[in-house]
Amino acid sequence: MVLNIEQDHLRFREIVRGRIKQDLKKYISNSEMIGRKGKDFVSIPVPQIELPNFRFGSPQGGVGQGDEGDLNGTGQAGNSPGAHILEVDLSMDELAQIMGEELELPRIEPKGTDRITTVKDKYSQVSRTGPESLRHFKRTYRQALRRQIASGTYNSSNPCIVPIHEDKRFLSWKTKPRPESSALIVYMMDVSGSMGDEQKEIVRTTSFWIDTWIRAHYKGVQTRFIIHDAVAQEVDRETFFHTRESGGTVISSAYELCGRIIGEEYPEDQWNVYVFHFSDGDNWSGGDTGRCVELLKGTILPRVNLFGYGQVDSTYGSGQFVRELETVVAEEDKLVTSCIEGKDDIFKTIKDFLGKGK
Amino acid sequence: MEILTSPLTVRTLSPELEGMRKKIEVWAREYGLDFYETIFEVLDYGEMNMVAAYGGFPNRYPHWKFGMEYERLTKSYAYGLHKIYEMVINNDPCYAYLLECNHNVDQKLVMAHVYGHCDFFKNNIWFSKTNRKMMDTMANHATKVRKTIDRHGLEAVEAFLDRCLSLEDLIDRHSMFIQRHRKEHEPQTEQNGLSKISSSEYMDGYINPPEVLAREKLRNEQDRRRRKHFPEEPARDILLFLLEHAPLEDWQQDILSMIRDEAYYFAPQAQTKIMNEGWATYWHAKIMTEKALTDMEVIDFADHHSGTVAMHPGQLNPYKLGFELWKDIEDRWNKGKFGKEYDQCDDWMTKRNWDTNVGLGKQKLFETRRVHNDITFIDAFFNEEFCHVHKFFIYAYNADRGGYEVADRDWRSVKQKILAGLTNFGQPVIQVVDANFENRGELLLEHKHDGADLRLDYARDTLENIFHLWTRPVHIKTVVEGKEKLLGYDGESHLERIADA
Repeated sequence: MVLNIEQDHLRFREIVRGRIKQDLKKYISNSEMIGRKGKDFVSIPVPQIELPNFRFGSPQGGVGQGDEGDLNGTGQAGNSPGAHILEVDLSMDELAQIMGEELELPRIEPKGTDRITTVKDKYSQVSRTGPESLRHFKRTYRQALRRQIASGTYNSSNPCIVPIHEDKRFLSWKTKPRPESSALIVYMMDVSGSMGDEQKEIVRTTSFWIDTWIRAHYKGVQTRFIIHDAVAQEVDRETFFHTRESGGTVISSAYELCGRIIGEEYPEDQWNVYVFHFSDGDNWSGGDTGRCVELLKGTILPRVNLFGYGQVDSTYGSGQFVRELETVVAEEDKLVTSCIEGKDDIFKTIKDFLGKGK
Repeated sequence: MEILTSPLTVRTLSPELEGMRKKIEVWAREYGLDFYETIFEVLDYGEMNMVAAYGGFPNRYPHWKFGMEYERLTKSYAYGLHKIYEMVINNDPCYAYLLECNHNVDQKLVMAHVYGHCDFFKNNIWFSKTNRKMMDTMANHATKVRKTIDRHGLEAVEAFLDRCLSLEDLIDRHSMFIQRHRKEHEPQTEQNGLSKISSSEYMDGYINPPEVLAREKLRNEQDRRRRKHFPEEPARDILLFLLEHAPLEDWQQDILSMIRDEAYYFAPQAQTKIMNEGWATYWHAKIMTEKALTDMEVIDFADHHSGTVAMHPGQLNPYKLGFELWKDIEDRWNKGKFGKEYDQCDDWMTKRNWDTNVGLGKQKLFETRRVHNDITFIDAFFNEEFCHVHKFFIYAYNADRGGYEVADRDWRSVKQKILAGLTNFGQPVIQVVDANFENRGELLLEHKHDGADLRLDYARDTLENIFHLWTRPVHIKTVVEGKEKLLGYDGESHLERIADA
């Protein structure tokens, strides 16, 4: 008996990724991977395609059971038609792991000879010995109940469970090594008039995933943000994603600032440096592009683990810059370029950037 | 995600499990359950997800929707959201699957649960017309679609399948049990098409009373007028209507009829979800607690069972509702809590302590499982006391507070709400009323509006799909925000206008 689910699954994945059957795209309930982002958790909607049929419009409430409080936390009506988005809550570590599996990313090997690792305790196990303060109530209760039933001392009309020493279970820890090395991520973005909201959204999503992945591999991660139009300035995260300037684009100004930050504040032997630059590829003049290549080769590339350049497709940009950089790529394996045509390309770009395991 | 590359390996039961199975089967029969031979197979979780994605059948036609379901199941299993414990197929013999990594106590529970389902499949009247060799039929469908793909190409066949699947709800779930179409009235043509009995003149007024003749004449007239109209009576089985009258190619007809067969096969399962799950839960609880459990398994059983019948916020758990109703029925008929005298008693304490010791519970259980479906089941047995004891309520969205809240606890409203959700499975009632609309061979559908509007964007896309089968413009009469509207699609653009009566 042979099952053909792999073919069906592959076909489904291709539809979701928008490679085939574009007409079904509008029925995909969620094509983006980040749903809600809470404090430590993110929700990932699992994509579903719903073929159209005759169905009712607005949700109509429903029937529940229990006391008043039992309704709390109900996000959606149970029998509301059309609400089929399945959301999964995950911690950031799990998320990084899943992303790594989905995109088949290699683990990052921190550079430098002294790969110091520290150990960290995780309370993830149960043992028979331990301090009272770590007693696992549920397991202890179960053990005691099991023993009393087995020994016939359980009285169902007076279900009083008394644990003895052997019943007790305690939380226990496992020691896990964690890398000690630190990383710096510098994000640079072109905020000239030609970068619209859609382009910024793409940059935001891409940087979220890059953050998630790199943070999973280093103990301390610092992020710095640089925006530039004709001049560059360092800003905080909030400003980075929400500034909109007009005016021209001089990319070398940002590279200059970036080179200075790395050179002055982050000693080479202690930091793994990652630099990502997003732009629509429209630089002021060819002369400036030459200067950029010079700065890259001279000050930035020797210091970084990885330099990623993402070119976001926009209606205004000429997209020339990436072609200039590609001539450098051939010589420098630390430089990665990627073109992002739309939201669907985000994963491809992340794979381009992080697929080298640096 | 892990993708399984090995073909499905079917494992028969280990001697230990087979021993348990035999015992449980004997107990189930002793309790009076009656089922086809049931074959259990053991699968690992990857295989279980595959089979579940295919709706329980190992061989289905190729389509991405199964891949989608597989991904959903695999992801939610991997993230610990849920786990499929059991799966059982309505077939003769019944097939049921056990999850390899389950503990023995879970396997016992699942077996007992499965025998409950098998009994229900075999004996509930709504399942009586289902294809009991569906395992083979599904495999044939798969082969047929694969051959069609070889001949006409994946793109064309898949696009057609998508269209059919978008329409698969448009069947008439009761058509197997009732005569929808009036038997053709054969007019005995003698004089003027009237069935006049020849008689001598002086008796004629008595033997052929004029008013009878007049009535017959009228009826013939109506018949004639009706026949001009096509379809003569509104057709609920839209898939059948398209099969018979749409200009489809042979392979398209094959596929549409296949989708329709499968929709009819699955329909009774949706029609009896509450009863069927409740019934299986009732029997696993009974068999486990009275026979199969060992002392050391009690806790795990209780843990698992309470998980099965737990109510989650905002959802009506069919296992729980069904289970409680079955227990309530048994209790009421054991104590004689039914009939005129009981119904008319309005003293709450007397009603509560009512016990005539008639002991009809078991008989009533088996009778109910034979003749009811979810709608009649709820209608007959969901009463005030039950609603009160189990604290049911209606919730509704409160726009001012921006959340859902309890709106009503009156048992009549709750019952009404549950029944409304079950009527036509919470889907709108749609039928074909005219296949020669405006005398241009266009198709007119009608939505029987009962208070809730259609979701318009989906309705328009569905119209497009019907258009591609019918190949002439398609319209649907519905109500949008209180106004009668006619939505239409003519192959190029969507039309919307006020419907004239």
